[in-house]
Amino acid sequence: MSLTISKLKPETAVLDQICNAGDPWMAEVKKGQVFRILDLEGNQAVDTLFYNASNAEERYSAVDTIARQAKLYLTTGSVLYSTEGNAMLTIVADTCGRHDTIGGACSAESNTTRYNLVKRPMHSCRDSFMHALNHCECAIHRHMSKRDITANINFFMNVPVTADGALSFADGISGAGKYVEMRAEMDVVVLISNCPQLNNPCNAYNPTPIQLLVWDVM
Amino acid sequence: MIKEFNSANILWEEVIPGGNHWSGLIRRGIALRMADLSGGANCSALLYNADEKLERYNMPDSLKAQQTAFLTAGNVCYSDMGRVMCSIFNDSLGWHDTICGVTDSVMITAQYGETSFRTHRNEMYRSGKDGLLIELAKHGLGKRDLTATVNFFSKVSASEAGDLSFVNNHSIAGSHVDIRFDMDVLLVLSTAPHPLDTKTTYKPADIKLSAWHVGNAERDDVCRNSCLQNSRGFINTERYYL
Repeated sequence: MSLTISKLKPETAVLDQICNAGDPWMAEVKKGQVFRILDLEGNQAVDTLFYNASNAEERYSAVDTIARQAKLYLTTGSVLYSTEGNAMLTIVADTCGRHDTIGGACSAESNTTRYNLVKRPMHSCRDSFMHALNHCECAIHRHMSKRDITANINFFMNVPVTADGALSFADGISGAGKYVEMRAEMDVVVLISNCPQLNNPCNAYNPTPIQLLVWDVM
Repeated sequence: MIKEFNSANILWEEVIPGGNHWSGLIRRGIALRMADLSGGANCSALLYNADEKLERYNMPDSLKAQQTAFLTAGNVCYSDMGRVMCSIFNDSLGWHDTICGVTDSVMITAQYGETSFRTHRNEMYRSGKDGLLIELAKHGLGKRDLTATVNFFSKVSASEAGDLSFVNNHSIAGSHVDIRFDMDVLLVLSTAPHPLDTKTTYKPADIKLSAWHVGNAERDDVCRNSCLQNSRGFINTERYYL
């Protein structure tokens, strides 16, 4: 894994916000802007979806991103492709080294199968997505709903796959202060769930806040 | 014991030509055998709850519940609602991809050349995405409903670094997979080539579907008992149909 450091300074960012553990976050990022997700305390999975801001029917496609680059993991240089085969964003810096896009987002329903039928009341990423779609203005005026929730990116999450196809949720490879940065290739809507999962090591059993920054870079 | 494939018990059969598309309602308790008639087939599948199409096959939920990056005998396909939609109870192949999605028309033209109905009639080269969207539209569904497929008969393996390679000649003529439907499912299929297929000649294999009645998963079912997660998934499905 090779790591890429960014030259951008937080003091010049046009957006600088904290998303607390277990919260959703939604915002627009314009074409040409650079968007950074920073893992403030380490080992925090950040479940992320992207939509074309002018037509939310076009959205991030995990399977197109995987197949078009014949690569399973995301890092610097990875293009995040849409359902229409267009580049939505390009990862331009990454101090973590590897991000997952087949592990999806946890939900109340999948927690019942993965852990125990009685785990249904626990907070989950897809509950956060539903909450954001009901409350964020940028989702409401686009009439977004569950149909728009598809296979996402899990920034900072480590889901190694072996040559014989075994998959596991391993201890994170991220740490406090690590970040991933991407340049928007079109105007996009970002939808994040800062993962509240407590049943596996994806958040080191202790969900923590993340920092979101955006720069104007032409 | 599950009622295995027996040519005497077949309710119906249908051949889907290579590159074509199909959709239909498959009820709970019915099994389908998908057979590769000439080798090198790919059959991309999407599944929806026939009564509530917002509920659909969920690739990540299926993989993480069963801690696998592919599907084979003993595996089930989960919906986003934590229910088992269908179960693979017999498989001559050992690996079905579900992380690579389908081709679009730009990819098909770039890899296989330009065709049209005007010049090629029904031999025209169809893409996986266009075929699935045509079938989805017949059921009031569209691009927002096009999610990750199961690509039956195709194998893509990953190196430690995550570089993917398509396994040529994975499926030979006669390869088959038997799938029991555990919910009433709208099944949507495309038999266009896999997006990582390296061939440059467009000649995807025909697929034969054979349906028979198997009933619901019993207590000793191989898919129910392949992991604790699946035993809970079947409970969720059974409660839904009470």
